[in-house]
Amino acid sequence: MKLTVWTYEGPPHVGAMRIATAMKDLHYVLHAPQGDTYADLLFTMIERRDHRPPVTYTTFQARDLGSDTAELFKDAAQDAYARFKPAAMIVGASCTAELIQDDPGGLAAALGLPCPVLPLELPSYMKKENWGAAHTFYQLVRGLNNAHAPAPGEDKVERKPGPPRCNILGATALGFRHRDDVKEITALLNRMGIEVSVAAPLGATVADVARLHEADFNVVLYPEIADEAARWLERTFKQPRTTVIPIGVGATRDFIAEVADIAGVDPAKALNDRDLRLPWWSKSVDSNYLTGKRVFVFGDATHAVAAARVAVEEMGFKLVGLGAYNREFAREVRAAAEKYGVEPLITDDYLEVEAAIEAANPELVLGSQMERHIAKRLGIGCSVISAPVHVEDFPARYAPQMGAEGANVLFDTWVHPLVMGLEEHLLGMFREDFEFSDEAGPSHLGGHRPAPQPRPQAAPQPAHAEAEPALAGAEPSQPAAAGDPVWSDDAMAELKKIPFFVRGKARRNTENYAAQNGAQTITVDTLYDAKAHFGR
Amino acid sequence: MTAALAPSETEAGCTETEVLRERGQREVFCGLTGIVWLHRKIQDAFFLIVGSRTCAHLMQSAAGVMIFAEPRFATAIIEERDLAGMADANEELDRVAAQVLARRPDIKTLFLVGSCPSEVIKLDLSRAAARLNQQHENVRVLNYSGSGIETTFTEGEDTCLEALVPELPAAPETETSLLVVGALADVVEDQFVRLFDQLGIGPVRFLPARRSEELPAIGAGTRYLLAQPFLGRTGAALDGRGAKRISAPFPLGAKGSEAWLKAAADVWGVDEALFETVIAAPRARAQRAMERYKDTLSGKRIFFFPDSQLEIPLARVLHEELGMQLTEVGTPYLHRGHLDCELPRLPSTVRLSEGQHVDRQLDRCRDIRPDLTVCGLGLANPLEAEGLSTKWAIELVFTPLQGFEQAGDLAELFARPLMRRDILRVG
Ligand code: SF4
Ligand code: SF4
Repeated sequence: MKLTVWTYEGPPHVGAMRIATAMKDLHYVLHAPQGDTYADLLFTMIERRDHRPPVTYTTFQARDLGSDTAELFKDAAQDAYARFKPAAMIVGASCTAELIQDDPGGLAAALGLPCPVLPLELPSYMKKENWGAAHTFYQLVRGLNNAHAPAPGEDKVERKPGPPRCNILGATALGFRHRDDVKEITALLNRMGIEVSVAAPLGATVADVARLHEADFNVVLYPEIADEAARWLERTFKQPRTTVIPIGVGATRDFIAEVADIAGVDPAKALNDRDLRLPWWSKSVDSNYLTGKRVFVFGDATHAVAAARVAVEEMGFKLVGLGAYNREFAREVRAAAEKYGVEPLITDDYLEVEAAIEAANPELVLGSQMERHIAKRLGIGCSVISAPVHVEDFPARYAPQMGAEGANVLFDTWVHPLVMGLEEHLLGMFREDFEFSDEAGPSHLGGHRPAPQPRPQAAPQPAHAEAEPALAGAEPSQPAAAGDPVWSDDAMAELKKIPFFVRGKARRNTENYAAQNGAQTITVDTLYDAKAHFGR
Repeated sequence: MTAALAPSETEAGCTETEVLRERGQREVFCGLTGIVWLHRKIQDAFFLIVGSRTCAHLMQSAAGVMIFAEPRFATAIIEERDLAGMADANEELDRVAAQVLARRPDIKTLFLVGSCPSEVIKLDLSRAAARLNQQHENVRVLNYSGSGIETTFTEGEDTCLEALVPELPAAPETETSLLVVGALADVVEDQFVRLFDQLGIGPVRFLPARRSEELPAIGAGTRYLLAQPFLGRTGAALDGRGAKRISAPFPLGAKGSEAWLKAAADVWGVDEALFETVIAAPRARAQRAMERYKDTLSGKRIFFFPDSQLEIPLARVLHEELGMQLTEVGTPYLHRGHLDCELPRLPSTVRLSEGQHVDRQLDRCRDIRPDLTVCGLGLANPLEAEGLSTKWAIELVFTPLQGFEQAGDLAELFARPLMRRDILRVG
């Protein structure tokens, strides 16, 4: 058993729902108790979908367990077909139904429904949402294309004449900015003279998925979802697949080069994109203050690795932490962490992530809704770069993460939570202006620094945290261990004059410096000695 | 369930109407969801769900991605290796419970909450609770079911309170006291305390209490008033301890609040004139507050999908005090005993339905095309997209609606979607 407060991923059948809901005429019959229908609201509320997800739940109850839950499943599958007339159906069990072992796949097959029915085996006690989505997509792609597979030894299926054609794979319902990424990348590919044959699963029909094998190659936008399917297509139909994720300027350029190479087209026109503004925005003098800002990056592996590169190479930030919650892609995260000289953090334990962020003392967190929450509590700015998502991650406006416009969006949304350059200087110069004080937070963010929320204490609060409530949120309040240096009143007063967004770091540096030098008491001099020692 | 155990003085009015009993796909939460408000209400309790990743995900989604930074609930997620052997699962549970208690020494009551997976594998949580009670001296460990195979949404509060009943200390034989049963917002509770006090009714206690150390005493002299309509099992357990239910409508709307207080006042023999003096002002305020929304709501047709069992009392208020026309009123479970004063107040034209077959119910709703549809979050936007105005049922549970001072808020909740529809000019 694992103690869990908040989870990064839902169960695997929610992943299957993301595929079914993304598509137009696929239906999912899920053997599950009534409470599992909560998953509908993820789509109708968080994503504001105007249709119910195409899912029929059997909603068996305790009294059905003794008698016939299998019968219930058969009825539900039959009714679902009669009512919704889907082009294909997927069937499976949620965690509870997995335990009662009714074999939805076998039961559905016995019904002989007049549409393809694909059974899903999604082990709920081992796997999670992304895996469930990836596996469902793979089953669907294989199930609907396998009949066209060339016989062993035979060559690839004959290609229709015309411009190079590709599929865009991986966008789902409830994905982080998937809707806009697909649009942006489709436009990019079109500019390169490449035709997009099918984008799937988001917006695709069953028939679309069934003709994936007709394209020349596959663009994999979200490996978490499409990797397994794309590898199978590559093996079976000799369709090459892309490996670069076009998030950020450099990665988008690499992606264009990779695609040009696969498709045999000229990359020049796509590389020269006049709508790409991030490079100049980042080079302009106004952005000087971004230099060396400490950022902590956490999310799904794909978005986290991409964000790390943008943060370091395109924003000039200092990366102080990098991690992902999906173990399946840990290798990529480890490689990136090594490249940028940080410790990789691979965990789906929210509390562990929180502790790591606290310890790294970042000025900006790039993460999921979970990290947004952590950052809010610690009083640090945050921008969301990855699922898990919330309703505000589905903006009305066009806001891709990928391609040229995606890079522009990254610049704007990451800079927004930071205190702007001039404002930062003014805060440093006039620390005691009662109206223009740092306690108010960035003035463009409503003038209110999010109030640090008290955390439940396992041990009684250390005395100093109570005496200085203003400081309590800016840094972790840990019980003072015996022998730790003690702050003098003067030094503490001086520390308070340091703007809140660097105060935590100043405090930690000073304490470390004092400890290293065996100082018992921290004086104003210790504070400035430490400042000189560590630099900014 | 407990219908047979409850008092059955239910022979009047619309109680005769035929009830449409539906079986099919239900689109409702399971009882785990009750933890979302219970863990705020009982301030020193921790709710440990013994369940799956689905259960944890439900809690997170229903709680609106982490409204509470570190909540007093968590899930012990059963993993593959726990399924291999029972002894192992018990040890694992002990370990996780110890982990929770070490992290939160302020916790006085630990609820082990059963889920579908824990019940299907027959993990015995009552034995686990007994074991943990021995291991952890200063904590009371209890268990109840919040599973979707046993409980629907608010029934999770019912099973939780039912688990508390055997723990209530015994009141002196001779003492007559009032017990108000069902979680209420603190502000509402305080309002009722003041009113009971002015009426000279007391001592008044509440279940659940805000702190689990202050469990209300109970005995043969205890008369209880239900503040919520979904407490069938808790009621039966209280009856079992000798307490007697005061039959009353639920304290919703000006009339419901008055009748609820009056039922207690009659038991306590409160003087009519005193009663009138005490409630005149708040009742007038409630009426005034509701009046503002009457134009918007009066004559409008409303349809309820089943959700919290609050449907019938709410429908009564909307019909009786705000002039709405009731079409279908669905409820996950119809407890005739506890609704004895509600059902007779509904018009005989209403269609009551119990249980659910969501697709058929959607067909009926589309057929009727009501002015306002009360439904769960999974159905609201799809119905809005079909041009039907909706009210999220969950808001009716998460918003303080009981009592005179909240009667206006109740009306406003139903009026808002209609007023919004009239304001918007977006095509
Ligand atoms: S219905 Fe059962 S399995 Fe689903 S969330 Fe509720 S308790 Fe967990
Ligand atoms: S409000 Fe302050 S930080 Fe924001 S743009 Fe204006 S000057 Fe800059």
